[in-house]
Amino acid sequence: MNLHRTLATAARVLRQLRHDPRSIALMILVPCVMLLLLRYVFDGSPQTFDSIGASLLGIFPLITMFLVTSIATLRERTSGTLERLLAMPLAKGDLIAGYALAFGALAVVQSVLATGLAVWALGLDVTGSAWLLLLVALLDALLGTALGLFVSAFAASEFQAVQFMPAVIFPQLVLCGLFTPRDKMQPVLEAISNVLPMSYAVDGMNEVLRHPDVTGDFVRDAAIVAACAVLVLALGAATLRRRTA
Amino acid sequence: MMNIASPPQTQAASAATTTPAIRAESLTVERGPRTVLRGLTFAVPRGQITGLLGPSGCGKSTLMRSVVGTQAKVTGTLDVLDHPAGTPALRSRIGYVTQDPSVYDDLTVRQNLEYFAAVLAPGRGTAAARRHEDVTRAIADVDLTAHADALAGNLSGGQRSRVSLAVALLGTPELLVLDEPTVGLDPVLRRDLWNLFHAIAADRGTTILVSSHVMDEAERCHRLLLMREGEILADDTPDALRTRTASETVEAAFLHLVDEANAR
Repeated sequence: MNLHRTLATAARVLRQLRHDPRSIALMILVPCVMLLLLRYVFDGSPQTFDSIGASLLGIFPLITMFLVTSIATLRERTSGTLERLLAMPLAKGDLIAGYALAFGALAVVQSVLATGLAVWALGLDVTGSAWLLLLVALLDALLGTALGLFVSAFAASEFQAVQFMPAVIFPQLVLCGLFTPRDKMQPVLEAISNVLPMSYAVDGMNEVLRHPDVTGDFVRDAAIVAACAVLVLALGAATLRRRTA
Repeated sequence: MMNIASPPQTQAASAATTTPAIRAESLTVERGPRTVLRGLTFAVPRGQITGLLGPSGCGKSTLMRSVVGTQAKVTGTLDVLDHPAGTPALRSRIGYVTQDPSVYDDLTVRQNLEYFAAVLAPGRGTAAARRHEDVTRAIADVDLTAHADALAGNLSGGQRSRVSLAVALLGTPELLVLDEPTVGLDPVLRRDLWNLFHAIAADRGTTILVSSHVMDEAERCHRLLLMREGEILADDTPDALRTRTASETVEAAFLHLVDEANAR
């Protein structure tokens, strides 16, 4: 790997995005609008908003980055630019790290705005530090990038790539404890939710919500999300083949 | 109208220049259940334009992908610039243009080239200055200076394929592999590109392997590889081919060879 090539790749991905301001606006505004909506949907029960709002701060970056990365890498595969890059002296790690850096930067902007809005304007009541919310949000964005990259290898078209979102994200959304605490679910479902990374993203957010300090559980949750992201990124790297049929 | 600047560094003449640029021996490629290339043996000489001609679906693209090292399931011997095809050391020495223009539509022409140049020759300072020169030269080579700041996606089909060609010209590669670079271009542009290929081969000593399914382009090559159904029908100069088959054109020579092969 080469730092200059990684940075050049990240700069290129961001430059591509800059030519598409509508996508940037959607990525950044939609989470804020959703939080605003939820705040007033749960107008009568602020506690519900606290719990769901904090969870969503972790889920938004995951979903957005999943979608953006799966489409972007699929375009790279189908446009022939991936084949061209892999015929050039570019390490697979440079490409993946470049994407992760570029979308990570975007995720920081998205998370800062969404977290800031939720905590300061919408009165989301967090006991812990808002910085920890941000940290989990960033790890979630990385996980979303990793999943998107991995899944794009199995999609033959952008149409299929979008269909992977309900397949990969929705089951995690239902089982992650957003609707009901995970330990109150049917034991089989709880067991399944124990191996899904989004569950730990939501658990981590709830730890920050309820505890003033960094708890052991929080560290464990954050580490699991980070480890999953790295694992899936490595799997994604394995799907980039220099030689293809 | 195409400006050819001299290469930034002249290539060191070495003893290696006596070996062919590409040497294949019983080269076989399988794609799924199909054998796309069947035991090909041929050599491509250095510093010349070798045309790879044959009907679409005969295996031209597969052969080119094998040479640049992006094709899977390649068996037999395939040496490119004295290294086995696909060796990492070759990646900066070969320029490759795929059949469909592989550039980023949401970047400008210059941004596209700057990125690929940074992948080829990373670094800051003098490396960045040299890259800037290289990019400007490549854009001038394909006559897109006036469109340097236009988004690639807003260009016409012919212009986009020239952006793709410009990327392959970055870094003065020793071998250019061009997969149907003139398909869909108007006659004037086709003539200009062929003039560019000849200038690159003559001035920079670059070896060019170029595919086409338009037989009249064959006359412009130094040597020809005629392909059909995964096999090589002929490996000769255009003149020798016409003489051998007593034909007026390369197209007639090709048809003659096909009939001959079918009769066997």
